[in-house]
Amino acid sequence: MAKEWGKNMETSTWTNKIGLPQMLKGGVIMDVVTPEHAQIAQEAGAVAVMALERVPADIRAQGGVARMSDPELILAIKEAVTIPVMAKVRIGHFVEAQVLEALGVDCIDESEVLTPADEEHHINKHAFKVPFVCGCRNLGEALRRVAEGAAMLRTKGEAGTGNVVEAVRHARAVYGEIRRLQGMDENERFAAAKTIQAPYELVRQVAESGHLPVVNFAAGGIATPADAALMMQLGVDGVFVGSGIFKSSDPARRARAIVEATTHYEDPAIIARVSRGLGEPMHGLEIGAIPQEQLLAGRGW
Amino acid sequence: MTVGILALQGDFREHLQVLQRLQAPARLVRLPQHLEEVDRLILPGGESTTIGKLMVAYDLLEPIRRRAGHDLAVWGTCAGAILMARQITAGEARGQPLLGMMDIAVQRNGFGSQVNSFEASLSLPVLGEPRFRGVFIRAPVIESVGAGVDVLGSLPETGTIVAARQGRLLAATFHPELASDDRFHRFFLEL
Repeated sequence: MAKEWGKNMETSTWTNKIGLPQMLKGGVIMDVVTPEHAQIAQEAGAVAVMALERVPADIRAQGGVARMSDPELILAIKEAVTIPVMAKVRIGHFVEAQVLEALGVDCIDESEVLTPADEEHHINKHAFKVPFVCGCRNLGEALRRVAEGAAMLRTKGEAGTGNVVEAVRHARAVYGEIRRLQGMDENERFAAAKTIQAPYELVRQVAESGHLPVVNFAAGGIATPADAALMMQLGVDGVFVGSGIFKSSDPARRARAIVEATTHYEDPAIIARVSRGLGEPMHGLEIGAIPQEQLLAGRGW
Repeated sequence: MTVGILALQGDFREHLQVLQRLQAPARLVRLPQHLEEVDRLILPGGESTTIGKLMVAYDLLEPIRRRAGHDLAVWGTCAGAILMARQITAGEARGQPLLGMMDIAVQRNGFGSQVNSFEASLSLPVLGEPRFRGVFIRAPVIESVGAGVDVLGSLPETGTIVAARQGRLLAATFHPELASDDRFHRFFLEL
């Protein structure tokens, strides 16, 4: 039960909002569609669960408009676990976000996996007490989301494919652009900010610190322990695994193996051991075989 | 003296950065052999369920328990404090592994969910003045302490215990590693 607040206690500060993702670092956030899945994820060592009605692979297969999940399902999943519970809203759908905040979710994903509600504007995330995570394909997109109040980022990858290639492309883009900024002199940063369409102040901050202002996970296509460790070695702070776990033949075991590989991402002997005999991974899709209009990563502006 | 930081999951790099600023020799601990050269250990913030399960899987509970408080000073922040507690009164995940070596009873998520996370100025007499900026994120609450445990500070408004010490064991329910104030780390280095 919530304790009584004092005058001295300031809730939901920016430090609190970016602090939650800091506590998730080095961990795996798993997509779950039932309370039973959520318990399997927690038992396997997930740091948080993403509560949704359909995993991205099914959204992709079934088509139609994908929306925020039924509050009933989100509450049942919250009831089932003690780890943080996240849920997705459509890009720009700030009322879905208000609903999720009222339900007490720990973090909101403004996600391209759902059908966008606004093709011009993302949610003003500063207006909320709950932290948001947003997708990005490059540094400019990442910093635009931070300017709007995102407290956490994730590279988009291509959700529901079980194919890590897009996640790798996006992580390389983000970290490569940071390295290029670091090599620029002060005067060049103004033009760089214009080129990547990001606020100058954030560009300056990244150039000086050498890292993003908030935590960045990888998402979209991670299906194996080696995929997770690959993303960690490329520099992300943790991983989201969506369809990759519950579309495989032995979800509990695969989930556990991905958790261990994320912790021990620099230890190939451990990654080898946990990768043995995991059964069939999700089947997966070749990106080139997906019609252009069905690619999700291009959603968001 | 080398300070180990348990690096299975969580904000261990933030602790490492503070120790590097203080020029204290430090190393990350992921496997039992990493403990051998370590005489102090920090259990960072993170998800206590995840960290606990990985401690079991990689045989870290016993070697820490055996030395803790003797030739190994241990400090748990937030999730780390949960892992050190002898008892979890509420909010415990099924099968949550614990080190269970400090005589405190802890309630997980004692203030509610993430939107109830907060910052507060704390009076911690062992650190002197000024007050310490406490960052609380889905923080646990120390509900009671045993006879051999000193309370180091409480929230002034509610009396909720936020830090405690039992000999060479130290627990804080907030995140000194996220404050730009290294006094708590220096206190641990002298424990």
